Amino acid sequence: MDFLVVFERELLTFRRRFWRYLFSGMVNPLLLLTAFGWGLGRGIQLEGVSYLNYVVPGIIALSAMNTSFTSVGVTLNISRRYTKTFENYLVAPIAAHSIVLGKVLGGVLRGLLSATIIILLAFLYGAKININLAAIATILITSFLFASLGMLVGMIIWSHEDMNTFTTLFITPMMFLSGTFFSLQGMPAWVASLIKLLPLTHASLCLRAAMLGREFPVVNFAVLLAFALSFFFASIVAVRRSSE
Amino acid sequence: MIRLDGLTKYYGDIRAVHNLSFTVEKGEVFGLLGPNGAGKTTTIRMLTTLTKPTSGRAWVAGHDVVAEPLAVKRSIGIAPQHLNLDGELTARENLEFHAKLYHMPRHERGKRISELLGFVELEKRADDLVEGFSGGMKRRLLIARALMHRPRVLFLDEPTVGLDPVTRRKIWDLIRSLRSEGVTVLLTTHYIEEAEQLCDRVGIINEGQLIALDSPANLKRKLGNFAVEVYHEGRAERRFFPTREEALEYGAEHARCKACDFSVRETNLEDVFIELTGRRFE
Ligand SMILES: Nc1ncnc2c1ncn2[C@@H]1O[C@H](COP(=O)(O)OP(=O)(O)OP(=O)(O)O)[C@@H](O)[C@H]1O
Ligand SMILES: [Mg+2]
Repeated sequence: MDFLVVFERELLTFRRRFWRYLFSGMVNPLLLLTAFGWGLGRGIQLEGVSYLNYVVPGIIALSAMNTSFTSVGVTLNISRRYTKTFENYLVAPIAAHSIVLGKVLGGVLRGLLSATIIILLAFLYGAKININLAAIATILITSFLFASLGMLVGMIIWSHEDMNTFTTLFITPMMFLSGTFFSLQGMPAWVASLIKLLPLTHASLCLRAAMLGREFPVVNFAVLLAFALSFFFASIVAVRRSSE
Repeated sequence: MIRLDGLTKYYGDIRAVHNLSFTVEKGEVFGLLGPNGAGKTTTIRMLTTLTKPTSGRAWVAGHDVVAEPLAVKRSIGIAPQHLNLDGELTARENLEFHAKLYHMPRHERGKRISELLGFVELEKRADDLVEGFSGGMKRRLLIARALMHRPRVLFLDEPTVGLDPVTRRKIWDLIRSLRSEGVTVLLTTHYIEEAEQLCDRVGIINEGQLIALDSPANLKRKLGNFAVEVYHEGRAERRFFPTREEALEYGAEHARCKACDFSVRETNLEDVFIELTGRRFE
């Protein structure tokens, strides 16, 4: 149960900074909802629903991704390189998987908070979406996936600059390409299949289906799960290997 | 308690530690001395499982540092050279979190925390965030944290750097009392008189290699228990002799000119250090 100790430490700063996280977490969703859902999307229909309803699941998925990736990756980078506090975990008599699980759960918590913020804001904007078990499971797995990716990248990358480069090259494009803002239907097949290599695509497909009451794409959910587990176990290996 | 056998570490082409072999007995206070970049911290990092040796082996509390890292981690406490406390937590939370990582039972934790905070005189700041602490306060908390889980082997990398003289002496007393409890201590320091005061034996390393290992008294005796310093045109030349008489005789002989002067004193460990590493160290 060592991961609980690690998680508890994350919880402590989460509680201390809750209001800051809450307000800073509202800025991007408000901009996205205003620009795409309300501004651009008025009167537009996509896949048979209003664009606002269409885009909200995508925004939830990308925000869960951003928040959980950054909250784990950036703090890990700082604690390895600058404050050196990560060493305290490495010399403690606890297993690598406990460190990873505790840190990743901290990231999941942040991802959940950002998803909750958007759901509440979306209702204010008049979106009609369902919150059901499938939607919650998708949000959880998405946060877990990207928190694990943050852990993995944070363990591998040393400089803060390279961390930003990774975000620019992989995270930001994923935000826009992964079927978050537009439909993959009617895309050239090769473009669609390239986009399906991105983990966030599966997250937004699952979340949209769940929230708009369509048939849940089990295959996409399985792919999401596979991504999540691979990143999670890869980061355990990275922690084990960190004593150069 | 600690055994190194041909321990070697390369960082790329840089040879940080080369073929280091020695043992530290249970209940011994062992000082690792050496100039900047000699490899002291690297040695400690290998012994505490943070860095893997390039070659050679080492055992701490009977466990191989590479093959059984978890068993090693259970028996050691570390105060690293860099202050790596969690600045986002309070002093008490830092100790609490540490205690939990080391599986200390709840009923022991609270008592031990107030005992240690009292000892390092941080009770008044116990519930302040550590990021607001002064350097010396952080250093004190770092030592308290290393002791928290009552480790059998302690690694202290420059534990008293930046501490005021009174606090430094308190830490010395603490290390002595740990020794009497059977705790094994490996420390590094650039305050050579500190090593002289505290250590049963010292190892001096230079450029990653062990160049001397003995008790402070023996090291001084080997060099000569008495030092003569002859001053000439603002420079001091130092020579060592086994007896005061020989030292006086040499001094009188070599300080005949008007502008010259000399003094005779007992040799200290710093003399040994400077002779062996060939560098002035103030
Ligand atoms: N992570 C690292 N990467 C590359 N080189 C390193 C690394 N850590 C240490 N070194 C090199 O190893 C050598 C020994 O360094 P070390 O920190 O062990 O010295 P030290 O004896 O602790 O010195 P000081 O008294 O200044 O603390 C130095 O040449 C240093 O540059
Ligand atoms: Mg050092």
